[in-house]
Parts: sequence; C-alpha cells; structure tokens
Amino acid sequence: MKKTEKSYVGWYFLLIVIVLYVIIGLLKIEVLLPSLRFSFKIIKNIVPVFVVIFALLVAFDLFASPYSVRKYLGKSSGFRRWLIAIGGGIISTGPIYMWYPLLKELKKQGIQYGFIATFLYNRAIKLPLIPMMIVYFGLKYTLVLAMVMITISVIQGIIFEKIEGGGFL
Amino acid sequence: MDKKLTSAIINSAKALFNVLPLLVGVILLVGLTHTLMPKSFYFSTNVVLDSIIGSGLGSVLAGNPLTSYVLGGELLKQGMSLVAVTSFLVTWVTVGLVQLPAEAIMLGKKFAILRNIFSFAFSMLVAMTTVFVLGLL
Repeated sequence: MKKTEKSYVGWYFLLIVIVLYVIIGLLKIEVLLPSLRFSFKIIKNIVPVFVVIFALLVAFDLFASPYSVRKYLGKSSGFRRWLIAIGGGIISTGPIYMWYPLLKELKKQGIQYGFIATFLYNRAIKLPLIPMMIVYFGLKYTLVLAMVMITISVIQGIIFEKIEGGGFL
Repeated sequence: MDKKLTSAIINSAKALFNVLPLLVGVILLVGLTHTLMPKSFYFSTNVVLDSIIGSGLGSVLAGNPLTSYVLGGELLKQGMSLVAVTSFLVTWVTVGLVQLPAEAIMLGKKFAILRNIFSFAFSMLVAMTTVFVLGLL
C-alpha cells in the first residue's frame, strides 16, 4: 500500500465518524455534546505528549533510518545477533513497508528467518511513542510489557530458526 | 539549519500529520461509545475469551501504534480487561493482515503467514504474562 493511499484511509475513516455524528445528532441530539466534551478531554490530555513524541521522532529519524541501521544488521552471530535483532527492531522507525526491501536484501545475504521474525516483533516497542503509553498505562506496565515482548520475540525467533532448519520455509 | 535535521523535522511532522485523521476519528468514536454504551458492555470474566477478542480486534485494525494506545487506554478506562487491552496493543503492531500481501511478496508466503499466526498466538501469552507479572509486583 502506498503512503498516500494509507493517509486517505484515515481521512475516509474520519469522514465516516463525522457522518455518524450527524446521523446520531439527528436522532438523539442530547448525546452529541457529552460525546464531543469527552473527546475533547482526551485530545486535551494527549496534546502535550505529542510535543515529546515529535522531538523523539525527529531524533530517531536522524539516527535510525534503514540506511544507518543497515550496517549493524546481519553482521554478528550468537547471543549478539539476538541483541542486534531486538535493538534494530526497537529503534526502527517509519512504516513497516519501508523495511521490507532491506530485510529481503539481508535474507538474500544469508540472514535467517529467526532474525527477521525477532526484528519485526520488536517493532512493536516504539521508543518515541513510549511517553503516550506511559500516560495511558503507567511506567510499570510499559516496562513489564516491553520485557515480556522482548523475551517472546527471541522465543519466536528460535522457533523460526528451527522451522527453517527443518526445511519448512 | 542542517539539511538532515530539516528533513528529519519534515518527516516527523508528516508522520504525525498522517496519524491525525485516524486518531481524531478514533477519539470521536470513543466519545460517542462512552456516551451511548453502558459500562457493563466491556466487562468479561473470561481471561482467554478476553485475549482472543483483544487479539482479533488488534489484528484486523491497522495504523500507527499511537492510535492503539489511545483506543486501548480509553477502553481500559471504560472497564475492558487489561488482558484484552494488552492483546489488542500487541497484535495491532505484530499482526498485520493489511500488510500481509506485501510481507508475503517481500519475505516469502510461508514465512509471512506463519509469522502472523505465531504473533497472534503469542500476543495472548504476552498479555496473560504481563498481567500476571504486574500482579506480582
């Protein structure tokens, strides 16, 4: 999916929600104001976090593009390899389709599917977005979830190595 | 200003701007749901069912994780269980039905399908383990 198509999906969704508001407003006008008030309360809460997220996104765009991360991926073995897959997944930014060509190229160079699976799983941990997660779920939850996900990502990577080793991929 | 920095600022502004319509739409929908639906609607006592519902929802929906945090956080405030919300957050990023065709073309059909199936199954394990560990702390 192209970037532009993806951004239109968001606009279509917003349009559908606005139409929904108009329909419900016509049927049950007393629902509108509390709903809008509640929505604005959410927006008011998250606006300050956006400033932090923006600063972090700029920093990560500067230092963690596919081009700059590339030199660290696929060059190690053993335990270090897992650390690089985890670290690479965590610091990778931007939409996933930006990373597919690089991963495909690394696969051609002999990297195992286990590494790719671990890398992709760790993309779920987004450092620039962590402030928002902390606002909603708290620091303790954010840390525990990140630790559990990192552990599971390695388990998934090992499973994929076994599957690939068995010739199923 | 440095060219690289300018480009990083533009890219980041674009990334946030692209999230906005979906995020605002979700927030407006949350507002409407909050007013229209009774809180009991979100309650469930079955952990496994909760995680399946959360994982299923997260798998079919796509977009920036920021949207999932806001949606998941609001669902949690409404009374949805933490297991369901965690499964939802995890599958939102790890399972990509929308991206599956692209992943299959670039990394192989078998790998893409298997990875998504494993990620779906593991999301429930992640959710249950996270909630269990949090209960111990």
